[in-house]
Amino acid sequence: MKAIDIKMLRDLLNMRGQVMAIAFVIIAGVSVYVTMTSVGNTLQETLDTYYTEFAFADGFASVRRAPESLAERLRDVPGVNQVETRVSASVNLEIPGFNDPAMGQIVSVPEGNQPVLNRLFIREGRLVEPGRENEVILNEAFSEAHDLGPGDELTAIISGRRRTLTVVAIALSPEFLYQVQPGMLFPDPERFGIMWMGERALAAAYDMEGAFNDVSFTLAPNAVAEDVIDRMDLLLRPYGGEGAYPQADQPSHSLITDELDQLQAMAVMLPLIILAVAAFLLNIVVSRLISLQREQIAILKAFGYSNLAVGMHYIKMVLVIALASAAVGTVLGVWMGGAMSEMYLEYFKFPYLEYTLGWTVIVTAVVLTAGASLAGAVVAVRRALRLPPAEAMRPAPPPSFRPTILERLGLQRLFDQPTRIILRNLERQWVKAALTVVGISSSCAILIMGLFWGDVFDHIIRVQYGIAQREDITVTFVEPTSVSAIYELNSLPGVYYAEPFRSVPVRLQNEYRSHDTAIEGIPPEPYLRRTLDADLQPIPIPPEGLVLSQNLAEILNVRPGDEVRVEVMEGRRYERDVPVVGLTEQYLGLGAYMNLEAANRLSGVGDAISGAFLMIDEQYEDELTQALQNRPRIASIVSQDRAIAGFMDTAAESLLAMTFILSLFAGVIALGVVYNSVRISLSERDRELASMRVLGFTRGEISYILLGEMAILVLLAIPLGFGIGTIMSRLSIEALQTDMYQLPFILGSGTFALAATIVLISALISALLIRRRLNKLDLIGVLKTRE
Amino acid sequence: MMNSDSNIVFETRGLSKVYDMGEVQVHALRGVDLDLYESELVVLLGASGSGKSTLVNILGGLDTASEGSVLYRGKDLTRAADRELTEYRRHYVGFVFQFYNLIPSLTAAENVAIVTEIAQDPMTPLEALELVGLGDRANHFPSQLSGGQQQRVAIARAIAKRPSVLLCDEPTGALDSETGIIVLEALQRVNQELGTTTVIITHNVVQGEMAERIIDLKDGRITNIQQNEHKKAPHELKW
Repeated sequence: MKAIDIKMLRDLLNMRGQVMAIAFVIIAGVSVYVTMTSVGNTLQETLDTYYTEFAFADGFASVRRAPESLAERLRDVPGVNQVETRVSASVNLEIPGFNDPAMGQIVSVPEGNQPVLNRLFIREGRLVEPGRENEVILNEAFSEAHDLGPGDELTAIISGRRRTLTVVAIALSPEFLYQVQPGMLFPDPERFGIMWMGERALAAAYDMEGAFNDVSFTLAPNAVAEDVIDRMDLLLRPYGGEGAYPQADQPSHSLITDELDQLQAMAVMLPLIILAVAAFLLNIVVSRLISLQREQIAILKAFGYSNLAVGMHYIKMVLVIALASAAVGTVLGVWMGGAMSEMYLEYFKFPYLEYTLGWTVIVTAVVLTAGASLAGAVVAVRRALRLPPAEAMRPAPPPSFRPTILERLGLQRLFDQPTRIILRNLERQWVKAALTVVGISSSCAILIMGLFWGDVFDHIIRVQYGIAQREDITVTFVEPTSVSAIYELNSLPGVYYAEPFRSVPVRLQNEYRSHDTAIEGIPPEPYLRRTLDADLQPIPIPPEGLVLSQNLAEILNVRPGDEVRVEVMEGRRYERDVPVVGLTEQYLGLGAYMNLEAANRLSGVGDAISGAFLMIDEQYEDELTQALQNRPRIASIVSQDRAIAGFMDTAAESLLAMTFILSLFAGVIALGVVYNSVRISLSERDRELASMRVLGFTRGEISYILLGEMAILVLLAIPLGFGIGTIMSRLSIEALQTDMYQLPFILGSGTFALAATIVLISALISALLIRRRLNKLDLIGVLKTRE
Repeated sequence: MMNSDSNIVFETRGLSKVYDMGEVQVHALRGVDLDLYESELVVLLGASGSGKSTLVNILGGLDTASEGSVLYRGKDLTRAADRELTEYRRHYVGFVFQFYNLIPSLTAAENVAIVTEIAQDPMTPLEALELVGLGDRANHFPSQLSGGQQQRVAIARAIAKRPSVLLCDEPTGALDSETGIIVLEALQRVNQELGTTTVIITHNVVQGEMAERIIDLKDGRITNIQQNEHKKAPHELKW
């Protein structure tokens, strides 16, 4: 090895504390980048292969009942490639040893064969055989939640009759990566499961022989989805079609796409911030190293090393730090990516998930790191090379100081000597001071970005489940039922109050914008399910007109006073123009509300209700559930706690895990910046501080000079970090808005306090490390050697 | 006189140097005319601030003149680009400084190697160290060597590339007289064995007695050039 490279390695070894502090920051940035990007790519690739291999359909539609002959006409629609008709039904389930209500969706499959579209991945067992009426294939998530396998039995209430079903296989389907019960927002594999049953058996049970109520299709190349869907709707409408929708709107697919988008947003923003901090740290450390080595540089140049050779020497040093850290960061990122992929495999139920790390990810990580590091170091290196060797060989002239602004204003009486030293130093090196403040504040900002999600979720739960939706249980009927059912519900044990609702499936349209949803008809002065204004105050439902959730109004581009075209997707399928009379604040899901009676008039079915919200005595919950389950007209029973738990498990959990990682990295950054800054100040000023010790200043007093300066910078950085963090949080919440979540921007004072505390603790740890060095300051040695 | 124009190594005419030290201007050299010859050993005498370091730095291509010219074997250094000066230093000049300026993270041999690695026809680091009597200290770090030893490593480093000139700025300035003499012996030996033109800066008049010529500098001007007829060996010097 060349002598100059040996010098580089020994120099690195001598600066190991600072090198490590920088390395940790780079490792943090690179590992976040590699983890997020590789997991994102892995999921995307897995998803693509899975969809292709298992023929995930391009579009879907439900009808009430259509004759099989219609399928041929659907196939003839221009732009349609394949069509597959099915029977799909929702059933109540009874599982031995499980007392809560459980629901299933049964989808038909050809006996003895795979379906053409949405094929099943059979994990275990076999396909249903012709002529066996009671065989089902269970979805893996549900089977795992209840520990059911081939050979086990469960009971389903099919068309009002209890039937014992035998599990013959455990399977997965590209259609149900996320299995969400209709009307719910989040998956709950214990209480909702998908199962597949033979076509004939299911059709017989639901009077669907020679008919279907569900259709999926693929598009021919170059077909325009919207056109195909319009034509399909025309064909399906007479049979109770509820509107076809493209793959993009398929619930499981759109949830997984949202998740991927979130991952990608995080994969870019966060590593960039962290690497920028690393670049800054490298800049200050290399600057200082170069000024300490100005004589060595002069010697190298005196002996004929060119500027390029000397410059490369320091650039190499920076690259060694950057590339070694990038390597460790990549390894760590791969490891975390593998673990995270495993987590997603559990969560999304892919049949397989091959963790792939593309070369491009590694190359990008290395280029990003090297680029950021060089950007940080190049300025310092160039400054060193500008010095002619003869000048570099002389000790640096004493830095020029002058009285600070405060002193020039005549305020010097307020400050003692040490404080003046601090202030003059800050003013002289204001660029470095400013960068240090920015570095520390970025760590504070990252903390806020991570921690504020807690505030957001608390707020969502408090508002959505505490003010807007106050029911304990939601009961829905199989079909619209007489209003008198509410009295029956009210009389059940443990029910304090039952509030009726009417759910009308509709397509809302404004010009070319449309959205399929259900209008919820509620009483004029609701007690349980309430609509809220922007100040979160309940607003009454006007006798006529629609109240839309903010985000639905945005999707349709309507304001109060505008009219929307409402196409009722049930009964006689009226089309009407209905005025929008109000907006409601709603964070989860898209909502359209109407007066109960007006909703009934709109649907044209007469006085009916679709279900009820119940407020109950929790002591009677089990008993009540039992009673409700035994009623064949009840389609689903959903408890509020479940909805909250579903929300926390789905959205909140992954983001809160992220918070932890962010806090860890933010702490590393704060530690890195503060430690390096103070460490460098110490090396620049050890002579000065030692002289003061010789003159009789105590350790405490000289620590004050060094650490007091840093304390000022930290205290300036925290409010700045609050500001930057607030802006970044707002940006990240906007990046993560989806149709499903309308995330409010909430930042609690607790978050600010916690972020500030973590920054202060990191600063304190750095201060203690430096204080130990100050105590070991070699008074005589420092004064004897020449600078 | 034995020297003729054909073996002039350096030729300076009207050499001046002004430093801008922030608010003050320092005139380090005020019109120096000087010729230095092949293989001679010259001592530059002068008080601190007399301009001797500036002169040597300009001769060595570490600094550039404000006015006047320096010719090295007929080539004008004042008009040379930075890259040419670098080449010049790399191949023809050896430096020895008062404070040794060894690289602390490298051993004695590595400190020499850092120069031999970029030179054209160098001796090995060990040969250079043996020439200054430090062959047995090759693997010591600067912090493990005495001042005199460090200075001898610096000399070994300077001569390892077989430079045609050796410029020494107060090589004994930080040493006691006994170690100073050992260092001077090393310099003389190099001068005799390799025939390297050697310039030694000092403010110690006694050291002039080992030179062929003694040049006095004061306030940036040459005040006297004296031919020394009775050259002494360093061990005969006393101060």
